[in-house]
Amino acid sequence: MYSFSFSLEEFSRVFDALGERYALSGPRRFPGKGRFSGTDLVKYAPLASFDELELDEKSGMSPKSLVFPPDETTFYFNGDEFTEAPLEDERETVVFLRPCDINGFRRLDAIFLENGGTKDPYYMRRREKLHFFMIECATSFENCFCVSMGSNVAGEYAVALRFDQDSVLVQVKDERFAGLFASGAPSAFTPEFVRENARNVEVPDIDEMPPELFLHPLWDEYDARCIACGRCNTSCVTCTCFSTRDIFYADSRRSGERRRVWDGCHLDGFTDMAGGYSFRKKKGERMRFKTFHKIYDFKKRFGYNMCVGCGRCDDVCPEYISFAECINKVAAALKGGDAK
Amino acid sequence: MKENPYRPFPATITGIKAETDCEFTLTVAASVAMMPGQFFQVSLPKIGEAPISISGFGPDWIQFTVRAVGRLTNALQELRTGENLFIRGPYGTGFPLDTFRGSNLAIVAGGSGTAPVRPLIRGALDGTLPVRSLRVIAGFKSKESLLFADEFDEWRKKGEVLVTIDKPQEGWDGPSGLVTEHIRAMKLDDPADVQFVVVGPPVMMKFAVAEVRLLGVPEDNIWVSFERLMSCGLGKCGHCKIDSAYICLDGPVFRFSRAAGLID
Ligand SMILES: Cc1cc2nc3c(=O)[nH]c(=O)nc-3n(C[C@H](O)[C@H](O)[C@H](O)COP(=O)(O)OP(=O)(O)OC[C@H]3O[C@@H](n4cnc5c(N)ncnc54)[C@H](O)[C@@H]3O)c2cc1C
Ligand code: SF4
Ligand code: SF4
Ligand code: FES
Repeated sequence: MYSFSFSLEEFSRVFDALGERYALSGPRRFPGKGRFSGTDLVKYAPLASFDELELDEKSGMSPKSLVFPPDETTFYFNGDEFTEAPLEDERETVVFLRPCDINGFRRLDAIFLENGGTKDPYYMRRREKLHFFMIECATSFENCFCVSMGSNVAGEYAVALRFDQDSVLVQVKDERFAGLFASGAPSAFTPEFVRENARNVEVPDIDEMPPELFLHPLWDEYDARCIACGRCNTSCVTCTCFSTRDIFYADSRRSGERRRVWDGCHLDGFTDMAGGYSFRKKKGERMRFKTFHKIYDFKKRFGYNMCVGCGRCDDVCPEYISFAECINKVAAALKGGDAK
Repeated sequence: MKENPYRPFPATITGIKAETDCEFTLTVAASVAMMPGQFFQVSLPKIGEAPISISGFGPDWIQFTVRAVGRLTNALQELRTGENLFIRGPYGTGFPLDTFRGSNLAIVAGGSGTAPVRPLIRGALDGTLPVRSLRVIAGFKSKESLLFADEFDEWRKKGEVLVTIDKPQEGWDGPSGLVTEHIRAMKLDDPADVQFVVVGPPVMMKFAVAEVRLLGVPEDNIWVSFERLMSCGLGKCGHCKIDSAYICLDGPVFRFSRAAGLID
């Protein structure tokens, strides 16, 4: 492991050199594109230069789209012939991301590469090309509760970076990047991790959820408040659900595509079945389903919780529903306390 | 891609049999090992993909009994012999054949729920699933909605088969009433020595299992098969998850003692 120090100008040149060999992705600001008028949108996007990397604000969308795009073609059809969709960009990708999101990828891996013993090849071919450049968090952002979720610390990175006012400190773990950073001044930098958040949640630690909790009145308030927009699902770095759809091209019914598109447990239709059956019609039931998956049943299957406490679901909810608060209500209800 | 579990293989239709006005059984040529209770992801390019249970199989053929209710299943109804289905699988856990072998097997099926249990009945008939005794209660809405009607007499050679329709109907001289009533009337010598299979629409399963419990059959001896919306069959798409169980991986067949704890 080596560490180096750069001036901003020097780092910018290294960044450009990096961009010649790798596709670069990171949080980027899109002025005026925010949810409310006069606000900006920050999301993961290709980076052409160092100054496009947004470091002051959390990205509203997670980097999961790099491995799990919102709408991905899996097969092209010509008549009855199935052709696998090729990868549009064959380049290796460097992604600038924070510790919670690195831990988020671990959860995506669990579903796409481990669950059921099959590896999802569409996920894997993108995932294998990703290299994590971890941005050190000096302080936590609004709504973050990574410390409570134990995902404030990450070790699986190729390079760690500290962005100061006038310098960039770099720790290189993955040898393949050593050459690129060799021009820097030697340094003793090792990344620090956030050790406290303004928001704390109490994560229930139980093996079996008592049946009463499924029917608990704490879920009722979400029946009216949640509008099933699914933003909490789409922004979440660990939500993995999708639906499969076939289409044919209008000009020729012979050819078309099979696609998979993001779906979410808060959205209508997620469980609709033939015969008019569907489950979790009430929004509160959907909130319960998501919450238990994030902090209870995923752990039963994989040994650690799914939620990494990035707080994005709270950031994006148009109804100001707080997932963090919901977890606390579950914990309180489990203790038999007042769940309100 | 070296391995793509989403890529289906073509299976040529060798036979089509109409069961009702909207249900039909397709026989396709395919040599794949499988178990009763498992399912395939069946698709037609440009139309869609859906899970369909195995309703019968042999060394080089599979049967699917389909109800036309939507985009894919309507298109399947249009197919002719010689055309291809595209299938991948089999998926899921099948029925526990080791437990059923040599048992007193009782099967209650409602409507399209008869499709996944049919291979069990056929196994008992052809000796691949030897049982001590076989009892079947199959319930349908009306005499027009019977599935596998031409096989009932053959089934009766091996066991006691009761086919009931929901309400008495002109031209039907067999039993009527919901399957629950007929479960209630069952006489079991030793309820703890019966393996009970219950498959059908969600509401039917709920009430039928309650009746079976009242007969004194232990929860561990009751087997159900779940149906949920599915988009992958591989534990990836998340649609079929209940609690920590994925119906496509850990089911669709569950022991009732496990299924009872799964709250949607
Ligand atoms: C393990 C398992 C085994 C199964 N086995 C069988 C089987 O053996 N046989 C069988 O027939 N089915 C079986 N099913 C059910 C089957 O998978 C569904 O019926 C299938 O999704 C239908 O696909 P489709 O494309 O035809 O319907 P879709 O077009 O996807 O429609 C699905 C549902 O939406 C409704 N719908 C369709 N179009 C519209 C519309 N325009 N507006 C509103 N609602 C609409 C339909 O009525 C239907 O209820 C099984 C399911 C599972 C999970
Ligand atoms: S549930 Fe909310 S806090 Fe947890 S990982 Fe998803 S978006 Fe982040
Ligand atoms: S973002 Fe808020 S309103 Fe939208 S589905 Fe999620 S909880 Fe409901
Ligand atoms: S069908 Fe996709 S996870 Fe079970």
